Amino acid sequence: MSWLETFRTGLNGVRSHRLRSGLTVLGILIGIAAVILTVGLGEGAQAQVGSEITSLGTNLLTVSPGSSTSSSGIRGGFGTASTLTTADAAALASKQVAPDIKAVAPTTSSSETLTAGTSNWSTSVVGSTPSWLTVRGRSVTQGRFIDNQDVTDHEAVAVLGSTTAAELFSRIDPVGQTVNVNGVPMTVVGVLNTEGSSSSTSTTADPDDQVIVPITTAAERIFGGTSRNSVSSIIIQARSSAALTAAYQEADHLLLNLHGITTASDADFTITSSASLLSAATSVDRTLTILLGGVAAISLLVGGIGVMNIMLVSVTERIREIGLRKALGATPGLIRRQFLVEASVLGLTGGALGALLGIVGAIFLPGVVGDPITISPPATALALLVALAIGVSFGVYPASRAAHLAPIDALRSE
Amino acid sequence: MSQSTGGSRSLEPSRTEAETGELFPPRGPLVEPERVIDLEGVTKVYRTGSIAVAALRGVSLSINTGEYVAIIGPSGSGKSTLMHILGCLDTPTTGTFRLAGENVSSMSETALAVVRNRRIGFVFQQFNLLATLTAWQNVELPLTYAGVGRSERKERAMAALARVGLAGRVHHRPGELSGGQQQRVAVARALVTEPDLILADEPTGNLDSVSAGDVLGLMDELHQAGRTLVLITHDIEVASAAGRVLGIRDGLITENTDRELENVR
Repeated sequence: MSWLETFRTGLNGVRSHRLRSGLTVLGILIGIAAVILTVGLGEGAQAQVGSEITSLGTNLLTVSPGSSTSSSGIRGGFGTASTLTTADAAALASKQVAPDIKAVAPTTSSSETLTAGTSNWSTSVVGSTPSWLTVRGRSVTQGRFIDNQDVTDHEAVAVLGSTTAAELFSRIDPVGQTVNVNGVPMTVVGVLNTEGSSSSTSTTADPDDQVIVPITTAAERIFGGTSRNSVSSIIIQARSSAALTAAYQEADHLLLNLHGITTASDADFTITSSASLLSAATSVDRTLTILLGGVAAISLLVGGIGVMNIMLVSVTERIREIGLRKALGATPGLIRRQFLVEASVLGLTGGALGALLGIVGAIFLPGVVGDPITISPPATALALLVALAIGVSFGVYPASRAAHLAPIDALRSE
Repeated sequence: MSQSTGGSRSLEPSRTEAETGELFPPRGPLVEPERVIDLEGVTKVYRTGSIAVAALRGVSLSINTGEYVAIIGPSGSGKSTLMHILGCLDTPTTGTFRLAGENVSSMSETALAVVRNRRIGFVFQQFNLLATLTAWQNVELPLTYAGVGRSERKERAMAALARVGLAGRVHHRPGELSGGQQQRVAVARALVTEPDLILADEPTGNLDSVSAGDVLGLMDELHQAGRTLVLITHDIEVASAAGRVLGIRDGLITENTDRELENVR
C-alpha cells in the first residue's frame, strides 16, 4: 500500500468525523496563532524600541535631580528634587571643563492648558534653550526655534509641536498667532518637524505634542514657584557615541564639585544614558515576549494533548474498523501509518489555519491595539513544522496502540 | 482457480479418527486433490492471569481445494477459536497449521497479515463494512492492502459486486443497503482477491430467513464455481448446506455429522 493510499485513508478518517476533527484542529489553531501573534508583538515592540534608539541618538546623557539609588535607605526624590539649576547647565556647557560635551540643554517641564481663540488643549510645556533642538535631533518646519536672545530677554515666544499646532490652529498658519499658556499670552514663532508615531511607548512622551518655550520665560512667567533657577533635567550631548563615557565622567565630576559633594554615593543627581534607558525598556519587552510566548506555547501543548486524546478516543471507537482492516490484510505498520497520517493531518491543518489567523491578526490587530506586530516568515514556517511535529509526536502513542491491537480482540468488541 | 501449492501431500487425511476413536469412511475423489487446510494436533490455550483455558485440545483436520465444509458447534465449543486459527487471525499454542502448503503456525503478525490478504476472504456475522465507504470502496479494500493499482481495483471490485448481484448498488453506502445486501457486499469483498479459502463466520446470524437463504444460495454458487468454503455456525440447518460437516465440542472435532444430517434431510 503506497503512502498516497495511506494518506487517502487517513484523510477519509479525518473527514468522517468532521465536528471532532474540527474541534481538535481548533486547539492547535489557537495555539499556533497565539504563538505567532505574541512573538510578532514582541518582535514589533523590540523593533520599535530599536528605532527609538536611533532617533534619540546613542550619545545622550540625561541628568536628573535627586537619586534613584537608595543604598542608604532614605535618599530618593529622583526627578522631583530641585537640586539642579541653570547654573549647573551653564557650567556643563563650558568647553574647558568638559571637552567631551558638545551641547547642553537644561529643561523644565509641566503639563499646562493652552488656549488659542476658542481652542483648548492640554499638553506638556517644556522650558529650554536653543540647544534643545540639536540634542533632541529635531528641526523646525515653519518659522524659527527660540534663540539665545529669547532666553536672555524672557521673551513670550513658543514653538509648537505639529500635533499641538494642528489641535490649536486647525486651518490657519500658527506662526505669528498668540497662544495662552497658563493664562500668559505667548507668540508662536515656529512649528517643530513631525517625528512620527512612537506615541504609545512608555519611554517618551509624544514628541509631536509639546510646546517649547525659553527656559527663563517658563520659570519666571509660566511655572512660577520658589526655586526659579532649578531645572527638571539637563540633557547632555556627547561629541560622539564613543565619547559618551568620557562625557559622563566629566559631567559627574563637575556636578559633584559644584554641589560640594565629596563621596559619589551621596550625589544629589542621577545621570542616565538614553541607551541604558532603552535597553531597560527592551529587556522589559523581551521578558513580556517570553512570558506571553510561554503562555502561548502552553496552549500549543494543550492543543497537542487534545490531538492525542482525540486519537486515543478514535482508536477505541474504531476498534472494529482496525480489526477488520487487519483481517483484510493491513499490517501493523500500515495501521500505525494510517493513524499517524490522521494525527499529522489534524496537526498540520491546525497549524496552517493558525498561521493564517496569526497573519490576519497581525494585519488587523495593530489598528485596534496600536502596537506593531512583525510577522517573520521563518517563524511562521517553524510554527507549521511545530504543528506537524505535535501531530506526529502526540499521534505516535495512539497509533502504536492501534497497530498492536490483536485482530481477534478488535473484531470481537462491540 | 486456486493458487494452492499443495506442499503437504505426504500427510494422511482424517487424523481425527485416531483422536476421537470414531470410525468414519475416507471421503473425496480417487485422485487426492490439493489441500488448502491442514491442521495437525492444534491446541490453543488462553491464559487470563493464573487460569489457563484450553479452547482447542488437539484438532487435526484437512480440507481440500473446492470443498464446502461446515464446522458446527454450540457456543463455547471452541469453534470461534478454530475459526480464528483457520483465518490466521491467531496462532496455535502447539501443533502445526499449513495453509495452502505454507506453515503459518508461528508466523509474525506482519507475515500473517500478508497471508490473510492473499489467501483468505472473510465473511462475518456483523458484515463489518466500513460505514463511511461506498459498496465498491468496501470491496476494493483488500486489494488496496495487496498493492493493486487504482483502476484495476475498481474494475475488480465492480466485477465482484456484479457477481453477487449488486451491480446496481455499487455507489450505495452500507447504511443504504438491507442486511442481505450488506452481507452480499461482504461476500464480494471476500471474493475480490481470488483467495484460496473463503471463511464465513455465522454469515446468516444477523439475517432474516429470506436473506439468509439468499446468502447461502450465493455460497452454494461459489462452491459450484470451485471455491473452497469453510462455514462456521451453530445452526444445523445452515450447516446442512455444506458438502461436509464437522462437529466441534469442548475443543475437539467430535464427529462427522454427515449421517445425522442425512436424517435431517
